[in-house]
Amino acid sequence: MSTITRRMAGESGKRQSGKGVAGEPTTPDPNAPPQHQPTAKSRQSQRWLAWIFLAPTILGMGLFTLIPIVASMVLAFFRWDIISAPTFVGFDNFSEVVQDPTVRVSFLNTILFVVVAVALQLGLALALAIMVQEKMPAWLRVFFRSAFFFPLILSAASVSIFMRYLFNEQFGVVNWFLSLVGIPAVPWLTTPGGSAAVVILVYVWQNFGFSFLLFIGGLASIPVETYEAASIDGATGWRKHLYVTLPLLSPTTLVASVMAIINALQVFDQPYVLTRGGPGDSTRTAVMVIFESAFQRLEFGQASAVGVLLTLIIMAITAAQFRLSKRFVFYQ
Amino acid sequence: MTTTTDHGLAGHSPRLSEGLPETSPNRRRFSWNFAIRIVLLLIAAALTLGPVLWTLSTSLRSPSESFKLPPSFFPWNPDFTSYGEVFQQLNIFLLVLNSALVTGLIAVGQMVSAAMAGYAFAHLKFRGRGALFSIVLATMMVPMQVTIVPVFMLIRGMGLSDTLLALILPAIPTAFGTFLMRQYFMGLPAELAEAASIDGASPWRTFRSVYAPLAMPGMAIVGILAFNFHWNEFFRPLILTISEQNFTLPLGLVSLQGNLGTGSISVVLAGVVLSMIPALVVFMFGQRVLQDGLTAGTGK
Repeated sequence: MSTITRRMAGESGKRQSGKGVAGEPTTPDPNAPPQHQPTAKSRQSQRWLAWIFLAPTILGMGLFTLIPIVASMVLAFFRWDIISAPTFVGFDNFSEVVQDPTVRVSFLNTILFVVVAVALQLGLALALAIMVQEKMPAWLRVFFRSAFFFPLILSAASVSIFMRYLFNEQFGVVNWFLSLVGIPAVPWLTTPGGSAAVVILVYVWQNFGFSFLLFIGGLASIPVETYEAASIDGATGWRKHLYVTLPLLSPTTLVASVMAIINALQVFDQPYVLTRGGPGDSTRTAVMVIFESAFQRLEFGQASAVGVLLTLIIMAITAAQFRLSKRFVFYQ
Repeated sequence: MTTTTDHGLAGHSPRLSEGLPETSPNRRRFSWNFAIRIVLLLIAAALTLGPVLWTLSTSLRSPSESFKLPPSFFPWNPDFTSYGEVFQQLNIFLLVLNSALVTGLIAVGQMVSAAMAGYAFAHLKFRGRGALFSIVLATMMVPMQVTIVPVFMLIRGMGLSDTLLALILPAIPTAFGTFLMRQYFMGLPAELAEAASIDGASPWRTFRSVYAPLAMPGMAIVGILAFNFHWNEFFRPLILTISEQNFTLPLGLVSLQGNLGTGSISVVLAGVVLSMIPALVVFMFGQRVLQDGLTAGTGK
């Protein structure tokens, strides 16, 4: 996880230089007067201003992010229903949570969801990005880019509302189209498999545009000469993409997959609105379990334990991904 | 729209007009490759836009016809009954007011606090600057769902439970916005501050009259991102608001559809369409800003 942080910090260092206004030279002029030395007084007033400027952000983050992180870890070792005083229970919450069949199923669901949804999302986004970046009229490219980006601006709750009608078994549009090609009505939202498929499809429908944007940016940064060299060597069509695009795109692919996985692990809105986790526990996710045990059953300690487990999984996956990347990612 | 690329987040603007280079120079021949590619892309675009078009045109059917097949994707004979109906079944004005108030105040709060913090990290010198910035970045990695239980209790302890402030206050400190604004301020030359201080301007004056006006485009990115995210937000309002008078739009619409999805289709969809209008406006006028902002900081 810290690798992302470092990457970002590194990026910013790079951008610091060479962004002058209106073509101002950024290299120091040897004939320029000596640099203005700030006085002690001005340095002091800079410090003051810095702390005043930082106060809202730092205080706010301390109160609403840092303290809650610590509190969440502490709370995971207590039993608390908000009404009576909290009691220390050691690792009881964790052992209960790990043995709870509902929690188990929902973690399995979440992992299965992440694997399928992220694979679909990245595959679709990459294929579409490659197709959009190849030769075509500019207006058409703008149209496709806008179309694929569009679902991102909608609310996941609204999307799930209309998708629920579209996937209705009797009068849903999806089954109507399927009936045109002779496929009998699919019980989308009333069977475990159908519900899982709908949650995945709706999630991917809304989120592939984000990975698509990242891939478009990555493709645009591949130098033209690489393709020229490849085509001189006789690479055409899909071979060109297999041997040039994919290796050169691997840093983008890594970032896109980390972000997609982290987002998918936190899925809540779609399953909540589409299926409420059902039928049975078939579409219940880890975050839904946090929500239900905290705010419906008032088991705040158990909810925190599930939250801590989820955070550990997120951290482990991110760390593993960056470890792997050292071996497989090709940096130019 | 072209001016929005000039916001200093250099390297985040994929060059829209240039595709990959042509690798084969035979231009005049009809290319099957090209045709297949465009057809596949058109199918993908139809699948992406189709559900939204269906939502719009079904909301413009009369409630009794809204479930009839074949589906309609274009509102040839618009019927506005459902729009009248949704105003009766749902206190749309209050929902819109709540959503606008929450989203607007969060956006303004984020723009101001992120600009100030970003400026401090970019141009002011103080001890512990690097370490503090790393902490700010690290908070980005912790999912909000994990901290929601303590935040809920904190809100309760502050006596703010079931108020709009419970939604607004925790959302104002923004790590991502601070990061974005720091980048933006670093893109502005440090020579401006030197020149201003030679002219005798105080650090505050330097910020107020020199840097803040130049940073407006960066603040616009932070504001638009905040607006888009919080207008659509569902998880926090679901937990932090209890009474219907404090519901935001997404919450109101989900309650209108009901647990079993039994709400009248065209009426629910009319509400959905109404809730999309602000997002559509942002899409039309700030799409480029939104795209660049969303992909900012991904190390591209």
